[in-house]
Parts: sequence; structure tokens; C-alpha cells
Amino acid sequence: MARMKFLCDADRCIECNACVTACKNEHEVPWGINRRRVVTINDGLPGERSVSMACMHCTDAPCAAVCPVDCFYTTDDAVVLHSKDTCIGCGYCFYACPFGAPQYPKVGNFGTRGKMDKCTYCAGGPEADMTEAEYVKYGSNRLAEGKLPLCAEMCSTKSLLAGDGDIIAEIYKERVVTRGYGSGAWGWRTAYGEAVTV
Amino acid sequence: MNMKTLAQRLAAVVGVVTMLGFVSINFAPSAQAQQINPTAQSVTEDSLFEALQGDQMVEGRVSIPDGLSSGLIKPGNASWASTHSGLVRNLSIAAVVGAIVVLALFYMIRGKIMVDGKLSGIRILRFTAIERFAHWLMAGSFIILAITGLNLVVGRTLILPWLGEGAFSTLTVWGKVAHNYVGWAFMLGLILSFLVWVSHNIPNKVDAEWVAQGGGLLKKGVHPPAKKFNAGQKVIFWATTLGGAALSFTGFMMLFPMLAGTQADWQFYQLIHGIVAGGLSFIIIAHIYIGSIGMEGAFDAMGSGEVDLNWAKEHHSLWVEEVQGKADPASSASKGTQPAE
Repeated sequence: MARMKFLCDADRCIECNACVTACKNEHEVPWGINRRRVVTINDGLPGERSVSMACMHCTDAPCAAVCPVDCFYTTDDAVVLHSKDTCIGCGYCFYACPFGAPQYPKVGNFGTRGKMDKCTYCAGGPEADMTEAEYVKYGSNRLAEGKLPLCAEMCSTKSLLAGDGDIIAEIYKERVVTRGYGSGAWGWRTAYGEAVTV
Repeated sequence: MNMKTLAQRLAAVVGVVTMLGFVSINFAPSAQAQQINPTAQSVTEDSLFEALQGDQMVEGRVSIPDGLSSGLIKPGNASWASTHSGLVRNLSIAAVVGAIVVLALFYMIRGKIMVDGKLSGIRILRFTAIERFAHWLMAGSFIILAITGLNLVVGRTLILPWLGEGAFSTLTVWGKVAHNYVGWAFMLGLILSFLVWVSHNIPNKVDAEWVAQGGGLLKKGVHPPAKKFNAGQKVIFWATTLGGAALSFTGFMMLFPMLAGTQADWQFYQLIHGIVAGGLSFIIIAHIYIGSIGMEGAFDAMGSGEVDLNWAKEHHSLWVEEVQGKADPASSASKGTQPAE
């Protein structure tokens, strides 16, 4: 099985936010929830770089380790998913996540959070693949259709790459060698314990 | 003054010449122009991590309205996660299991602490209805909070396997709701208890004597003098007051995260909440023990509010003198059903 990963080539990202929009549209993500976002570092300064960030589907995911109800699971493709039926909306995964991936709808009094929502790598949830129930809770399941995450698939500069970790790392390395520079595979060291070195 | 100006001018001239030199070098061979690295100044993840010293977050600008999402990578969150599932979890387990083990040993060695003399049958009022209300409001809410809180720490290991994912989730959701709402009852009980008892809990010389004699807990027949509250009870009072205040404050901040500030603040409050809760649980388990199966006659104080005169004389001798000095001894004991002798 492939080990699915995201890689954002920040030297190509033009901060068009199309990945964010595509994600929202594909999964009918509610207002106020952002499964993916684009962060611009050194905005307006020389050497500014934008990075598209969502759940990185970590190896030994810290969210899963701290979840008090153990609602996370890792698929055969190494995609980190969770069950909204089990989630209690405690917010611990947000405390633990290095990428700010978990999002919560506000549902009640005090700071009560609803069921956590995050990037599913377009792989749905624990419900049967491509069912209405799965779509309502988690959005579409493109992986079950043999497709990759939409954010990466429609990226106009092919900055955001999704797919098997070894393959996208190879593509990135080739780019870095060809053009002579690269600002690094953002988040890889934190998510997978290894950086992409050329 | 002139010399300085001259030196500055010289430096400027040298600088301009040097720059021109570099520019001419760069522009001279046009074939090399395409090799100018456009990312010479670009930020790399490695250099940013280094600049941020590894544990701080890499932050930028986002165009979505949620300012909190501007953090790109927060490696420091791993330290919260490891402290939460390591230190805080272990301390909580150690507090509860440790308290039970210690008390079980104490019970086996010392046994139930009995009233040395016979029970007199005369009962005197120790805690008024308001005092008992404050105590039980705080006690009842604390037990609910402690159990629902502990469930978040060890429920996944202990309860989930035999309850199953669905049922355990339902239980924990209700636990969370209870924890969020019952917390307010606890805060009210805490304030009431503080108001009715603080004047009796100022440490004084009698406490030193009580501590020196081990509170009479260790040896049979030893009863150091004490006022309304002995030194041990004062420790419980202040632990509850200060610990409860810390729990209330950190809990309040977690209920209203937007008041608390940033994620780093939430993490800090959450860890303090867990550690204080563990420590206070240890003390409260000991308190429950000595107020119930650990000592004959102790429960009545908070149960009916009236205690046996001989129990009171043994454990709170100075307090008995105080209350009996105020009123005629016979009338103060007249609340009992049996006549005073």
C-alpha cells in the first residue's frame, strides 16, 4: 500500500487559495471551518513564501495519541481519519496538532465545541464508501473513486502535491535539482520525522 | 568633528566603490545572469526552525478571518501532548491509586479510630445547615467533576475496552457536559465554604502542638487539643480553597477559550488543571476516608450536623470549651434526646 502524504512546494505556491476553495466546495465544508489554509511567511518582504497547509496525516499522529475516546484511526494508505460519532469535541487534538488541522463548529453554551472536522485526504470516514451518510459527515470520498485529493489535483502551479510519499518526494527533489533551489518540504520533519533532502 | 566627518565620508566612498565593484562583477558576464539565484533570500523551513529555536511556531499571514489559523507549524505542541499523556496522566493515576493504597495500609495497621471513652449520648451542634449545605454542594460537585475528569485521563484505557466505542463515547460526552455545568456548582460551594469557615482556619500555636503529636492519628489514646478545626482540617481547607480556586480559574479559561488568549495559554491552563485536580483528589480521598470509615462518630458532623459530646471533647477539646462556655452546659447539650447528666 502506498503511504499517502502532502507536499507543498512553497517556491511554486502563488497564494491563489484555489486549494482552499476547492476543498470547501468539494466537501460542502460549513462556514467557519477551514480544512485547508494558505499561510504566507514573511509577507511583503523579500523571500516571501506561501505554504498550503492542512492535516498532514502524520506518522504516529499526536491527535490520536491524546484523544480521550480514541476516535482516530489510520487507513491502509496511512491516511489519518476519525469517527465523528465517537468524537466528543474536547479539543485535545487541536492542542496536540502541530498544523492547526482540527476545526470545530461552535454548537452550545460556553466554549462547547461540536464534532471535530478536519482534512480527510478526500478519503471520507468510517461509514461505507461513497454513501450519503459518509458525505454528510466527512465530505466526498475521492480515494474510493481512485482519485487523489482535489486540492492537489487542481493546483494551477502544481505546487501542492498529493500521493505516495516516495513518489512526490522524488518529484520535488527533481524540481529542486533542476531549478537549483527549494525551501524544503514544509512540515515533513514534524509530521513524518524526516525532511526531504536533496 | 571634522575628523569624524572625514572618516564617515571615506567610509562612504569605500562602500560605494565596493558596491560598484560587486555590481560590475555581477553584470559583466551576461552569460552568468541566469544563474542568479532568485531564492537567495527565501525562507526555508530549516532556517526558520533554527531562527525560532525549534519549539516555537512558524507563523505567517492568512487571508481567512480566523487569526488563530495563522500559525503554520507548531512543533511545541508535541511537548503539551507528551506532558498530558505522560506526567499529568501518571500523576493522576498515582494520586488516586496511591491514596487508596496508603489508606488501606493505614486501616490495616491503625484500624478504625474509635472514641476512647464511651459515647455520652449527648449531642452538640457542630455544623449548621448552611455549613452542611456548602460542604455537600462542594463535595457532591467535586466527586462528579473528579470522576468525569478522571474519565478523560484513564477512561480510554480502563473503560473503553469493555464498554465499546459507541457507549463509551456517549458516556464521555455526557461526562463532558456534566463537567462543564457542574463546575459552576462547585465554584458556588467553594465560595460558600470559604466564607463560613475561613475565620476558623487561620493557623495558630495550637496547630503546632497538634502536628507535633501527629494529630493523635498514629497512636491510640493520644488527643492533642484543637479548636473547631485541627491542623489537618486546616490543611484540607486551604488545599481545597487554593486548589479549588486554581481549578475554577483554569476551568473558566477553558470554558471561555477566547478570553484566555492563545493556544499556548489553553495548553498551560489545561496542564495546571490536570495536575491540581490530581493533587486535590489525593487529599480529598484521604478526607473522605477519615470522615467515614476511618473514624467513629466523625460522619455525624456533616451528616446530622450534631456530634457526640465525648467525640467532640477528644477531637476538638478547645472548641467544646468555647461553645459550652458561651452557653449554660446543660442547655447546650439539651438538643440531645437524652437528659444531660
